[in-house]
Amino acid sequence: MMTFLAQHGLALRSALRRLVASPLNTVLSLMVIGAALALPSAGWIVLDNVQDIAGNISGTQQISLFMAVDAGRKDTAEIEARLKEAKVGKWRFVPKEEALKNLQATEGMNEIVASLPRNPLPDAFVVEPADTRPESLEELAKTAAGWPKVAHVQLDSAWIKRLDLFLRIGKLTVTLLASLFAGALVAVTFNTIRLQILAQADEIEVAKLIGATDAYVSRPFLYFGAVQGVLGGLFATVLLMAAGYVLAPPVGELIELYGGGFALQSLSAANIAVIAAIGGGLGWLGAQLSVTIYLRRIA
Amino acid sequence: MISVSALTKRYPEGLEAIKDVTFDISAGEMVFISGHSGAGKSTLFKLLAAIERPTSGSIVINGQNITALRQSAIPYLRRNIGLIFQDQKLLFDRTALDNVLLPLAIVGLPHKEAVRRARAALDKVGLLDRENVNPIALSGGEQQRLAIARAIVNRPSIMLADEPTANLDSDSASTIHALFRAFHQVGVTVVVATHDPQWMAQFSPRIIRLERGRLLGGAA
Repeated sequence: MMTFLAQHGLALRSALRRLVASPLNTVLSLMVIGAALALPSAGWIVLDNVQDIAGNISGTQQISLFMAVDAGRKDTAEIEARLKEAKVGKWRFVPKEEALKNLQATEGMNEIVASLPRNPLPDAFVVEPADTRPESLEELAKTAAGWPKVAHVQLDSAWIKRLDLFLRIGKLTVTLLASLFAGALVAVTFNTIRLQILAQADEIEVAKLIGATDAYVSRPFLYFGAVQGVLGGLFATVLLMAAGYVLAPPVGELIELYGGGFALQSLSAANIAVIAAIGGGLGWLGAQLSVTIYLRRIA
Repeated sequence: MISVSALTKRYPEGLEAIKDVTFDISAGEMVFISGHSGAGKSTLFKLLAAIERPTSGSIVINGQNITALRQSAIPYLRRNIGLIFQDQKLLFDRTALDNVLLPLAIVGLPHKEAVRRARAALDKVGLLDRENVNPIALSGGEQQRLAIARAIVNRPSIMLADEPTANLDSDSASTIHALFRAFHQVGVTVVVATHDPQWMAQFSPRIIRLERGRLLGGAA
């Protein structure tokens, strides 16, 4: 076990020495890897924030069930029972009197309401569905429209559909972008390791002749790829945090204009760890591919 | 200790470098493999070191048929054999000490103990005072001694050498001869591929003679 750990420690030190030995190459590689990881990560963060805004809006997503004007207490009790049975989420009964009061409280409506001979508003139920997926909302609205004495069901499904579609396209685009950049990161590491293997072909040959296993020869290169990837990932998070710092004030102002109390989400420790781990994993993969192909050629 | 049976090596282009060679080498024996250039000495050395695979036949070392070994098992075999090459195969971007430390790093010996053993090996070949020198600054004879130090540092029971005194002046060659004699005297099995008649004349060892890949004599 001690030998195993010592050999891994040796390989890690060797990888770090190589990174430090050529600082310019290392910095350039980290910039490329950082950019490759930062772009799709930025995409995910933007989508996450948009989803958050949408989530806030969906918090106010409501389905209004307007009863027929001639609906009585028995009819509203029936709808209450059906809502309870369907477990749709939260709902609130708005009697026609309360609706009228609300209307009166609206600026400029007081006189108009006073001139009306009778209350024209119906009783209503305001439902805040637990499931805010567009298809679920539509299903609920369709079902509720068929209930007795429900005169009208109001749901702004087109807007929700558009937002949902936008998010889906966004996620797909970011996924494609992430795949592309992941491929680029693997290729960058592959090439870096290939050049290192070719530069150290003599050393590898000698080591193999005197008893080095493939694992022993590969290990420093794998560590190099992984460490470079992790450092690239950390560099990407620095870029993202810098971008967030610059963008947060104008985005806040924009959201403020729409009356939202929303702030850009910054990267959490878990986010940073995930980005660094993805960088490390992809770096290791690139190194593994390179080592597998070029060690075989040297052998 | 080493048992070679009906060994043949044929290269893809049709050249038969070793043809139906059979011999045994006992533990602690010193054996020369002799022959003119192109006789098959180096090919036999590579086959014994499992650097190349034979076309047919078998090589059994310490009871293990190395021709049947999986590729992944070859490194472990080589750790028990001290290999010395004609071109030394030293690392010229490392110090002499680092070159000798390499086999010990491969087997995972703790650094402190590895340095102690590497210095002891350098001392044996008379290079302890040159431990921090780059091999490029060493003479041909010193480079060969450094290669020997690297070969013995893992305390192998068998040493295989391919033309270790080629291109060396007579003084350097004599030093190498003395080193091999010393290893033989402490019980190491020594197999040397050489066409150095002066060296062979100094001993009365067994000489396995090869000509165009065929065994001419010295099989037993």
